[in-house]
Amino acid sequence: MSGSEDLFREEILEHAKHPRRHGTLSDPDITFEDSNPLCGDRLRIDLHVKDGRIRDICFSGVGCSISQAAASMLCEEVEGKTLEEVKRLTRDDVLEMLGIELGPVRLKCGLLALKTLKAGVYGIHQWPGEDE
Amino acid sequence: MTRASGVSVAIPEVRPAAPRAPFDPEVVRRQFPIFRAARPKPLHYLDSAATSQKPDAVLAAMDRYYSTCNANIHRGIYGIAEEATAAYEDARRRVARFVNAASPRELIFTRNSTEAINLVAYAWGRSQIKAGDAIVLTEMEHHSNLVPWQILAQERGVELRFIPVTGGGELDLAALPGLLADGRVKLVGVVHISNVLGTVNPVAEIARQAHAAQALLLLDASQSVPHCPVDVQALGCDFMAFTGHKLLGPTGIGALWARRALLEAMPPFLGGGEMIREVKLAGSQWNELPWKFEAGTMAIAEAVGFGAAIDYLESLGMEHVFAHDKALAAATMERLREVPDLTILGPPAAKRGGVVAFTLGTIHPHDVATVLDDEGVAVRAGHHCAMPLHEKLGVPASARASFHCYTVPAEIDALVRGLHRARKVFAS
Ligand SMILES: Cc1ncc(COP(=O)(O)O)c(C=O)c1O
Repeated sequence: MSGSEDLFREEILEHAKHPRRHGTLSDPDITFEDSNPLCGDRLRIDLHVKDGRIRDICFSGVGCSISQAAASMLCEEVEGKTLEEVKRLTRDDVLEMLGIELGPVRLKCGLLALKTLKAGVYGIHQWPGEDE
Repeated sequence: MTRASGVSVAIPEVRPAAPRAPFDPEVVRRQFPIFRAARPKPLHYLDSAATSQKPDAVLAAMDRYYSTCNANIHRGIYGIAEEATAAYEDARRRVARFVNAASPRELIFTRNSTEAINLVAYAWGRSQIKAGDAIVLTEMEHHSNLVPWQILAQERGVELRFIPVTGGGELDLAALPGLLADGRVKLVGVVHISNVLGTVNPVAEIARQAHAAQALLLLDASQSVPHCPVDVQALGCDFMAFTGHKLLGPTGIGALWARRALLEAMPPFLGGGEMIREVKLAGSQWNELPWKFEAGTMAIAEAVGFGAAIDYLESLGMEHVFAHDKALAAATMERLREVPDLTILGPPAAKRGGVVAFTLGTIHPHDVATVLDDEGVAVRAGHHCAMPLHEKLGVPASARASFHCYTVPAEIDALVRGLHRARKVFAS
């Protein structure tokens, strides 16, 4: 029997159990919600933006450890960044943060936060969409 | 037209009696190549409600078909074409007899249950249902017996009504007379065995009430025909859909059974080759049953595999298959009681088939399934194509263990071990 480390890196479990930036913002400048119908995950991301820079960011919703950890790590990562920088984030950036291999099903969980964040930042109609 | 060959096996005219002695699942298991395959850790396959594994006999029958008499059916005048046609129609007779259809003409091959239900929604629904009519479904339907009716409802201005599900995971039949009372209901659609809760629904009683209100009954038998004896005449259904891949057969083949008079009156579903008798540029005459509903080249090898799967199940005896499923469900529910924070969805074991869905505290079912996968245990995690049911039960998703004739108790042990480990991994 292998340890949990092989399955979920300690850091993922740590983020999933104690997510950073978990909650909602009052009067967010940007808020966007998305879901992963496959596993019933739902994610909402709220942003305060000033001069094109993210001042505050929070996420809320339910999901598996991969989607929750990815949201937690991503929110930490982008605080203080400009919206332009956020638009340049790729799936590989998120996978690098997570640091584990993801099969096609769990990839959707891992990328839900990025998808939600970018759709919010672009505004859903301008968003070019994310390749998977 | 049946020639002497290894493929066209004459079928006995009477339904074979179930073998008297129950089968040994350990012996059965060895007849499934997937469990003999060498792999780093043993496979504990607890996802038979999603799809079943296939025995040697089914794979061999399909292989034999392709190796000895592959040809297009109903067309060729030459030897192997006649053999192929005989094999395909033989499979139809087996499937029809398996559910006690009055005639093989009532048995239409489709791709799967979903296509069978869509066939009814398009061919029957669009010719019979008009604005102001109503259709009764249940809150525990699989999306495949919900979405086709939502599409029809939107198109035609039809009202959908739902038999509620109780907190205990059963249909609240007390609500049915009220739903039928205004005489506008044309169809009642119900799942026989729930793919999430395992609940075995009282179909005969629902059919009786539907008929008393001049409505027809459509049965989604995707989870029942593969697991227990089903007799369309005794149940009193008008339409019944089921799917080969959950029944030890291949993917790509399923069936619609319907009463002959209904099928005769229905317009075709898909147009094309084989479903016509005579074609002129100005119009065509439809073929007779069942071919009127089988347009284009069908999944011939898969139909042969479907027939072989039914032979295999009949050799085990459906009564015994169901008893085996039920015993495993009861044993699983009993064992799961030793796992803290675990909540089982659905009714007591006595009222269900071989399906046990559950949640484990606040651990997401996806995470549960990931830990279980590491133990070689395959379960399904998600909403199992029943989002409205999960909403009703107040859980976003669940994990589900489901069984078939090859499932053995050691696999339940592995499941319980994995669940204890999942709790450890996610202990905060
Ligand atoms: C109750 C029920 N109905 C319908 C279906 C659909 O079967 P298929 O995907 O073969 O059409 C399934 C299987 O997923 C099921 O469990």
